[in-house]
Amino acid sequence: MIWAVLQFPGSCDERDALHACEVHGDGARLIWHESRDLDGVDGVVVPGGFSYGDYLRAGAIARFSPAMEAVAEAAEAGAPVIGICNGFQVLCEAGLLPGALLRNAELRFRCHQVELIEEGTGERLSIPAKHGEGRYYAPEEMLDRLEANGQIAYRYADGHNSNGSVRDIAGVTNERGNVLGLMPHPEHAVDPLTGSTDGLRVFDRVGRVAA
Amino acid sequence: MLIRPKEGILDPQGKAVERALPALGFEGIGKVHVGRMVELEAEDPERLGELCEKLLANPLIEDYEIQTL
Repeated sequence: MIWAVLQFPGSCDERDALHACEVHGDGARLIWHESRDLDGVDGVVVPGGFSYGDYLRAGAIARFSPAMEAVAEAAEAGAPVIGICNGFQVLCEAGLLPGALLRNAELRFRCHQVELIEEGTGERLSIPAKHGEGRYYAPEEMLDRLEANGQIAYRYADGHNSNGSVRDIAGVTNERGNVLGLMPHPEHAVDPLTGSTDGLRVFDRVGRVAA
Repeated sequence: MLIRPKEGILDPQGKAVERALPALGFEGIGKVHVGRMVELEAEDPERLGELCEKLLANPLIEDYEIQTL
């Protein structure tokens, strides 16, 4: 599986995402935000960072890039797409994922290892989180629909929801299930040196869609 | 354009400002919300609503108001 990792002005986690994709798959390449070229790509990562300095709203400007237009088309065609942190914000702003990410309830940027619980399987993952605007929000009726459709992908384990996300939601998918967004960073958990390789299971989950 | 957080959604910035007020000697002030203000000149004001809906505000979490100065 060949991955593409987008790069916007202000992205900072695209390098680790690239490395994670290379560990997980058969190759990966960086796509500059002005390019629409996803030729030969099986899956896309919209990485973490501070695209456009989080100006206006995090992800609000990056969503209009040519690369994101290509990603929207690929997502529509069923390609696996994973949005990590700022990438999650971009996908929500683009309407490719439901809901929105708001400023952490405690107003503090938190950088720490968190435990996630995969919805359905109950498996626990240990993944680093580092964000100031990671509070997931959606109106109640939308949340009920997401729960009913199985679109909640991950929740923060008890005591690990440090941003105030509604219903402890850490990650969601689109209706079809090929687009996943999550605030924590699986790309920082692919090597035993950093304490956890659970991040690879997130790439596995999304990668399975391509099969 | 004035962009405000939607009613009913936790606005921690607003709350932080509100909580700081008594310490500064201001009493009787509540419902503080912190939003954004965008100023621009437009030759054709017709599409400003669309601009707000698409870019300047996120309609899921924000309300906006267009004022002509």
